[in-house]
Amino acid sequence: MATIFQRTSVLTDKPFHYCPGCGHGIVHRMVAEVIDELGIREISTGVAPVGCAVFAYNYFDIDMYEAAHGRAPALATGYKRVHPDHVIFTYQGDGDLASIGTAEIVHAAHRGEKITTIFINNAIYGMTGGQMAPTTLVGQKTTTSPLGRDKDHCGEPIRMAEMLATISGSAFIARCALNNTPNLIKTKQAIKKAFETQIARKGFSMVEILSPCPTNWGKSPAEAMDWIQDAMIPYYPLGVMKEV
Amino acid sequence: MIRVTIYEDQCKGCGLCVRACPRSVLAISKTHLNKKGYYPAEVVDLSACVACTSCARTCPDVAIEIEK
Repeated sequence: MATIFQRTSVLTDKPFHYCPGCGHGIVHRMVAEVIDELGIREISTGVAPVGCAVFAYNYFDIDMYEAAHGRAPALATGYKRVHPDHVIFTYQGDGDLASIGTAEIVHAAHRGEKITTIFINNAIYGMTGGQMAPTTLVGQKTTTSPLGRDKDHCGEPIRMAEMLATISGSAFIARCALNNTPNLIKTKQAIKKAFETQIARKGFSMVEILSPCPTNWGKSPAEAMDWIQDAMIPYYPLGVMKEV
Repeated sequence: MIRVTIYEDQCKGCGLCVRACPRSVLAISKTHLNKKGYYPAEVVDLSACVACTSCARTCPDVAIEIEK
């Protein structure tokens, strides 16, 4: 009898603090498995964000940093320039990457930094209590848009993957989702490709992942996965936006 | 022979594994609470399992181990 699926040793034994049905745990597992499969555990370092995933450093059994809000790409830039042979990834949510940290991520990509960014897009601010994010869909109800996001007042949600794909310094940009098994497999393949892009020193790599937030969306975990399919994917199309 | 192990004290009863399983192998317990106070997932029909690993891939708490 052979074990065909088990918890990778790159994850610590500490139970995740995330809500039931949260996508962070799934992505943590994928990143850890990719690090394991590529055999880069001893030279890998992660940068945790501010947001729900702020305690990510407790869950990965590798060296981890905790960056100031939105500044993970800047921290990763410094690390990568001091240790060019090491592998560094930032793990950021939409409040961290698409709001307060927009300048950092755009310029890190523009400089062609050889870093990998895992971007969790759940269309809401999770940790602070479900406020409207730059990625919140038009019409989506949040605690700061109780009547739904108004396009005339707040604009349309920002598509980070498309934006960063237009920048010459980026080498691999993809958007994936966690809503069903085929998309889960594609997400892990994209994360692996992003790490390989960094190892090949081709440039900046990012995987945007559409992830459920059942608690702040006011849905059950299963309904949240359906909402990704029905509402998010039509606005945030999946696929590889750029590959060089 | 297939063995599906659910580490029930890690489980938060979100039910995503039940949703992902194409063969209705899993269900959320209706009577049994785990240490966290959730109703955990449990194996109800192992004979239908084909070890596709869909449940383990979607589990946000990495609580499922599969042997074949």
